[in-house]
Amino acid sequence: MSRYLARYMVSRYFSSVPSRPLHVCVVGSGPAGFYTADKLLKAHEGARVDIIDRLPTPFGLVRSGVAPDHPETKIAINQFSRVAQHERCSFYGNVKLGSDLLLSELRDLYHVVVLAYGAESDKDLGIPGETLSGIYSAREFVWWYNGHPDYSGLKPDLKSTDTAVILGQGNVALDVARILLRPTTELASTDIARHALSALEESSIRKVFLIGRRGPVQAALTAKELREVLGIKNVHIRIKESDMSVTPADEEEMKNSRARKRIYELLSKAAAAAGTSKSDPDQRELHFVFFRQPDRFLESNERKGYVSGVNLEKTILDSTESGKQIAVGTGEFEDLNGSLMLKAIGYKSVPINGLPFDHKKGAVPNVSGRVVSQTLENLSQTEPGLYVCGWLKRGPVGIIATNLYCAEETVGSISEDIEKGVFKSSKAGSKGLMQLLEKREVKKVDFSGWEKIDAKEQQMGNERNKPREKLVTWKDLLAAAAAN
Amino acid sequence: MLGHRISRFGSAIVKQLAREGYLSATYGTRNLQRSYGHYLPSLPMVQRQTRTSQEAFFLNNHRFYTASATSSDETEKITIIFVDKDGEEIPVKVPIGMSVLEAAHENDIDLEGACEASLACSTCHVIVMDTEYYNKLEEPTDEENDMLDLAFGLTETSRLGCQVIASPELDGVRLAIPSATRNFAVDGFVPKPH
Repeated sequence: MSRYLARYMVSRYFSSVPSRPLHVCVVGSGPAGFYTADKLLKAHEGARVDIIDRLPTPFGLVRSGVAPDHPETKIAINQFSRVAQHERCSFYGNVKLGSDLLLSELRDLYHVVVLAYGAESDKDLGIPGETLSGIYSAREFVWWYNGHPDYSGLKPDLKSTDTAVILGQGNVALDVARILLRPTTELASTDIARHALSALEESSIRKVFLIGRRGPVQAALTAKELREVLGIKNVHIRIKESDMSVTPADEEEMKNSRARKRIYELLSKAAAAAGTSKSDPDQRELHFVFFRQPDRFLESNERKGYVSGVNLEKTILDSTESGKQIAVGTGEFEDLNGSLMLKAIGYKSVPINGLPFDHKKGAVPNVSGRVVSQTLENLSQTEPGLYVCGWLKRGPVGIIATNLYCAEETVGSISEDIEKGVFKSSKAGSKGLMQLLEKREVKKVDFSGWEKIDAKEQQMGNERNKPREKLVTWKDLLAAAAAN
Repeated sequence: MLGHRISRFGSAIVKQLAREGYLSATYGTRNLQRSYGHYLPSLPMVQRQTRTSQEAFFLNNHRFYTASATSSDETEKITIIFVDKDGEEIPVKVPIGMSVLEAAHENDIDLEGACEASLACSTCHVIVMDTEYYNKLEEPTDEENDMLDLAFGLTETSRLGCQVIASPELDGVRLAIPSATRNFAVDGFVPKPH
């Protein structure tokens, strides 16, 4: 009984008066967007939430980022779908902020605008040769094998080399390595895009190198993904024993992070088990290369404009004042040949007009999710009614669950602002958005449109023994959404 | 701090009332005695009683005893106290064998379960508030630890709600749901100095 009383009091305290709706627009329908919507709907009975996305499909990186052989991670879609079907929530896909409508227009229409559109670009290495053909960002490669409509035509060349070099040792690097090395018979029953499966079936890649600037204690990967890649059938793991020695500073880092300690232990075990077994023709190798930083890409002599390798500088670790260890070049270099190079060094958000942006961090300056702008006198002030969540707010780090707490914080800020009476004026909300989109002839895809895409993909998947066969072009997606 | 203690005390009473609603003759003496040792120190009389007299005690208090409660499927329940993001304690009755995640959802407790118990996320992270209870749990598997590594606000007594299964020795356990804005003190746990 006390529970109901407490609930009642809590909901009384946090809810706005439902008589006048609070119009909210969330931009981006990935985990950050959906968790924000979910928490807003729960905290405020008067909130009406519209989620817009530039793609006709919802769920962001759960659809286009999570690896096809991780179906259990994608189960989060079930919860997001329930949110989208909430009576006070709507999804509108194929609506692009920045071209179909401006941020200023959105802010005029809604009391609250939460930007959660993630990070759709990549960090650069900033080294010579980065524009050579055969060099891709891991994001492009991931979007290609996941059938993102902007990258389904990427056609990476997997046939003219036996070596792929991945720069970076985070989870995205591990995903890419796993997809390149895993038997395609195992990938065939996932929702991997058909074009990617065919290319992988014909792939001549047998060796994958994962290059990290620092050592095994600093690798930014996680235990589950590491365990998985270490266990791929027919793949031999190569780790130099000498790379596994640890310094007192490393010991200190491990003492402070159980995750790092467990990852180091997994790598040690793999390094110890990695014998020099006889090679058979179909043997595949995964090399973990530590203490190397890329210095420049090498151009092929035979094929002008194409990459043929990368020049790496050996590094050592140097402790900074904060206790963090950074890689420092030693002036000693070596070449690593390969004509497929994948940069897995991090994503970057894309700014839009009218939005304060920290280019160095690749994220929007904010205080607990409230967007902060700099005035001429270098004083910072918050932008009323404008919030961020997810990668756009924190930078491109963290897992799906991180967004749960990220959204909690942003929604907490919104709740405080509601209490302060920031949102007094009346706003047009959904109705206004619909009028604007109609006027501009934007063909929005609502959630029932997505459900048609979903049904079609599942049906196509069914015919091929896959959970789904993704529609990978804008044309096919929009046609499926519009079908009767 | 004071407010926290008061709310805990209050919830202990509520919990006790809730518990009495399902106790029955099939409930083991050992558990009864231990539970009461924990939560009803003001009733030494109960502790001293033998099994038979305890049964009689509860049978006499027939207000709390219903015929349907004799089926062991329904009676084998423990109390789990969720501490939500606002610090509010919510005691719920949970059948033996049910996971904490399921129990939370059955009782409308705000605990995510993004991967629906397939050990692929850390959204059902709960913090066992008393080390004594934490130590009663089986060690987490490698797979659970892999996910816990990534959990927000990981503590020494963190677990995934989908992996903690209600069992008699967990009766009375308090489980906190981590909050982005609130820190928890775990009883009996001394944080490591940095």
